[in-house]
Amino acid sequence: MITLSDYLILSAIVFCIGLAGIFINRTNIITLLMCVELMLAAVNTNFIAFSYFLGDATGQIFVFFVLTVAAAEVAIGLGIVTLVYRNKGSINIDVTNSLRG
Amino acid sequence: MEFEQILFYVFSFWLIASSLAMVFSRNTAFSALFLILSFFSAASLWLLLEAEFLAITLILVYVGAVMVLFLFVIKMLDIENSTLRAKFTGYLPVGIGVAIVVIAEMSLVLGSSQFGLGKVANPIRHSSDYSNITELAMELYTTYVYQFELAAVLLLIAIIAAITLIHRIDPRTKKQSIAEQVNTKASDRVRLVSISSPNKEDKK
Repeated sequence: MITLSDYLILSAIVFCIGLAGIFINRTNIITLLMCVELMLAAVNTNFIAFSYFLGDATGQIFVFFVLTVAAAEVAIGLGIVTLVYRNKGSINIDVTNSLRG
Repeated sequence: MEFEQILFYVFSFWLIASSLAMVFSRNTAFSALFLILSFFSAASLWLLLEAEFLAITLILVYVGAVMVLFLFVIKMLDIENSTLRAKFTGYLPVGIGVAIVVIAEMSLVLGSSQFGLGKVANPIRHSSDYSNITELAMELYTTYVYQFELAAVLLLIAIIAAITLIHRIDPRTKKQSIAEQVNTKASDRVRLVSISSPNKEDKK
């Protein structure tokens, strides 16, 4: 039988892949946005697994709202990426360090 | 091994494999395609968890809209050359080390001694006339209707913000200035000129 901990460990692995992707990727901002999306998908899997195993639909409602917020985040994030490209001519991470963070 | 378990391991394998491929792919377009595969595997796992509505929403909204938007921006910005030359920095060993430690710690916390079958029993599968959408809608339109409206407002704000960020005002665009129109007086538009008719004696 598939247990709850199988789902939890699976989503922990996927979450950490997304987290490591943010650290090690030095290619461009779009890849970072995609890593954030991957982490959100892992968290949503957690919510749905708990919702199924505890028999409560509230977890699925929460995933619904997370999907809404993530869609808004992607729209604005890609808008900012387009603006950065328009102003800098590149969206490489090495170029976009004008905030000196 | 049950059929359901085999399905779980197949979907999990593809989810993890495509996530790794997405992170380590140099080409951003390939990364986006691998992310589509991992979303698809995640949606299959959600179907195993009887969350049909959210699984279909994930495919429709994420694969159908968000990832197409990603691919559109990737192709529009022409970043292929700069991306292919980019290299992973010295964060690579540290990043992988942190990830492995986090996975190990979470596996200890979330392992079968805490969340195994002994603690959380497997629920009985619903019968075929069970409707996931009905159950979600009953919650969403009664208990969480206020949050639902807030989500709609949030999406509206996102639309306005994205358009405002990207929109460039073209000076040639013809537009209406309401304040100017309201404040206009008749004397700004019409000028009365008294014209004295030239010498009438000529007609005689």
